[in-house]
Amino acid sequence: MSDALFEIVDVPVRIEQLIKKVERRKAGAITTFIGTVREWTKGRRTIFLEYQAYIPMAIKMLAAIGEEVETKWPETRIAITHRIGRLEISEIAVGIAVSSPHRKAAYEANEYAIERIKQIVPIWKKEHWDDGETWIGDQLENVPYSSGFPSVEEVES
Amino acid sequence: MIKILLFAHLQEAVGKGEIQLEIGQTTVEQLKAELQQKYRIAGLEHVMIAINEEYALDNSIINPGDTVAFIPPVSGG
Repeated sequence: MSDALFEIVDVPVRIEQLIKKVERRKAGAITTFIGTVREWTKGRRTIFLEYQAYIPMAIKMLAAIGEEVETKWPETRIAITHRIGRLEISEIAVGIAVSSPHRKAAYEANEYAIERIKQIVPIWKKEHWDDGETWIGDQLENVPYSSGFPSVEEVES
Repeated sequence: MIKILLFAHLQEAVGKGEIQLEIGQTTVEQLKAELQQKYRIAGLEHVMIAINEEYALDNSIINPGDTVAFIPPVSGG
């Protein structure tokens, strides 16, 4: 991890380092979101996950989310790190830290950022289940493409 | 020449992450049609396109020298 506010890394995400990036004397609150690898999804067991990114564009889009956040919540500062490659159960896939003078903005901005990441940042997750593997292909992360490609019904459901 | 980048299931379907296409100026829609035919990949209507790292529309123009990324619905986070 570097000093950059928006990063894609292939090493473990360190939350303390993320917090340091947004610490400021005028901050009265820092919220962190830690997205971790879940073992069970709707009765199906994950062995490990694999994340892939279009790295230069993903960094740009993370920075764009940062701009959106700082426009919507003017006094905030945000840092986001997303990890790619193979991740084991409970490892950190994404970390978001937001600082602000008062806590409400820090909470709101942090939730907004993770929702936007799931919409616009070119990062993909491949589930390696105990009975197969699937690239997860929808923005709400709960509809895997059964054939490897989205059918109309799968996309629109 | 246009450089095409593929990710996730598209990369696996085509068998590589990068394709160089010797074509002139085109549009996103035409390029999608061409790839669909050439590599028999389905579902491209749900794939977003980025030209030089910016999201583009179906009627956006692609010029030789551009890098065009095929971006399946994302699932980060």
